[in-house]
Amino acid sequence: MSASTKNIWKIISASSVGTLIEWYDFYIFGSLATVIASQFFPKTNPTAALLSTLATFAAGFIVRPFGALVFGRLGDIVGRKYTFLLTLVIMGGATFAIGLVPSYETIGFAAPIIVLLLRLLQGLALGGEYGGAATYVAEHAPANRRGFYTSWIQTTATLGLFVSLGVILVVRQSLDADSAVSIRKFNEWGWRIPFLVSIILVGVSIYIRLKMNESPLFAKLKSEGKTSVNPLKESFAHKTNLKMVLLALFGATMGQGVVWYTGQFYAQSFIETVCKIDFGQSRTMLIWAILLGTPFFVVFGGWSDRVGRKWIMLTGMLLAIVFYKPIYQQFINLSDTGPYLTQTPVSVTQPVSKNEKVGENTITTTTVTKTFADGFAYTQRSVDTVFADAAKPVAHAPTNYIERKLPSSVYWKFVLLIFVQVIFVTMVYGPIAAFLVELFPTRIRYTSMSLPYHIGNGVFGGLTPFIALLLTTINTGDKLVGLMYPIIISAVCFVIGTLYISNKIDPDVSD
Amino acid sequence: MNLLKKWMGIVWILLGPLSVYYLVKTALHQVSVHPVIDTKIQWAVFVIVAIPIAIGLVIFGWYAVKGEYEK
Repeated sequence: MSASTKNIWKIISASSVGTLIEWYDFYIFGSLATVIASQFFPKTNPTAALLSTLATFAAGFIVRPFGALVFGRLGDIVGRKYTFLLTLVIMGGATFAIGLVPSYETIGFAAPIIVLLLRLLQGLALGGEYGGAATYVAEHAPANRRGFYTSWIQTTATLGLFVSLGVILVVRQSLDADSAVSIRKFNEWGWRIPFLVSIILVGVSIYIRLKMNESPLFAKLKSEGKTSVNPLKESFAHKTNLKMVLLALFGATMGQGVVWYTGQFYAQSFIETVCKIDFGQSRTMLIWAILLGTPFFVVFGGWSDRVGRKWIMLTGMLLAIVFYKPIYQQFINLSDTGPYLTQTPVSVTQPVSKNEKVGENTITTTTVTKTFADGFAYTQRSVDTVFADAAKPVAHAPTNYIERKLPSSVYWKFVLLIFVQVIFVTMVYGPIAAFLVELFPTRIRYTSMSLPYHIGNGVFGGLTPFIALLLTTINTGDKLVGLMYPIIISAVCFVIGTLYISNKIDPDVSD
Repeated sequence: MNLLKKWMGIVWILLGPLSVYYLVKTALHQVSVHPVIDTKIQWAVFVIVAIPIAIGLVIFGWYAVKGEYEK
């Protein structure tokens, strides 16, 4: 291995590990949203609930693009190395601090306010991190391998999700020998562990990054006194650059964002809320699909060095447009309880009933778990209302079939269907860092590429679960209606990308 | 191809205000159906974020019409 090859791997490791940790930090908050809400944002208190909504929406949609502008500007003035070190310190510090904040019960309103501020800091730091890491690696990479080397940065967003899911699952199960007690302890105080662990990871990453040199292209610009004085003005007030920022957003990152969020987040939410698959199975399915799919970021990134970035990204979008509906229809078909309703289960648990007084009436919820010969199982939940007025007949709500457990063969079909979606993600996301880097000049690259990336991912991608849910509530008859949002956005992006984006690889990014 | 790029520019120019109109209409409807502070904040954030993006789409369309993306 030559010295320069060794050096590029050190650069990739230093950049990727830090970016992975930032994604991990950002995801654990989302993954633990329910536990955090119960600790800091009690639903009974409207102000706390309002702060919770702000934490959810503001961090993703407003603060992330704002972070792209703040840190992008800094990165183009001060340098890539110190800027993405700063984002790492802010992210790590905020995450660690969330793990230390006393609950609402202990310190009252100060708790949700502190958590909201820390969450906003997380969003701000994430907005500045990616552009710096991608630029830093690309500016070290040889021209003919830029897609390959930057694709390692692209794996970090998915691996960050993988690590966060893994750490949460492990901690949740390891606090006590009894699984139920362990989960209870996790909900009480164990949820803090994934946040506190972050400080060790961040410490190691900061140490590695401190030993790295500044990007050679930026260092050269700086030594020649040619760095930008006002990167925001140069990026967004000059037509020559603004038109490329808009093209990057509407022809690439917008579609990439929705394909990414659909494949990794909406898929999980759909499997849990529409297919009603058991929590453990739904999480492990996603972990398998991510694990098997992640190497393809590098495959497609490397391939883009030979055939160009454009058509790989757009093919990923086109495949998503064509196959989303059939894939999600399969999810529904494979988890359908219909065929089992006429079969005799091999085991049935004792019915468990709970009575709840609502006014003068009593609501009785009865649950029973049935397991069938092929391994399929579900929990049947019936809700009956017994009215105080004895003359009124008991009202039966439709029976719900929840916590469905799939037989092994069907489980792996689910993994395959999620894996296919992760492949679409790797196609649109693998080459995009190289594509963005090549679109903009060195002096304003950090600023110019960060904004379309974070609007595409944070806004268009981040909106996917909310818009999909909203469409489902408007059209309750069609379980697949939520997919119209990613399909329409991808279709518009596909047309714009096909018409206006060039497939030519820029051989020289030192301009 | 260059002619198609220009003509499609008109579509992008129209798509900007149309999407904001649809979003505001949906937001007002949703807020009237669920008039709680959560819904109001959520939709306010959506609309505030969508407006500059829609302006961006109009500018993009305008550049396309002016032939800025021709080879």
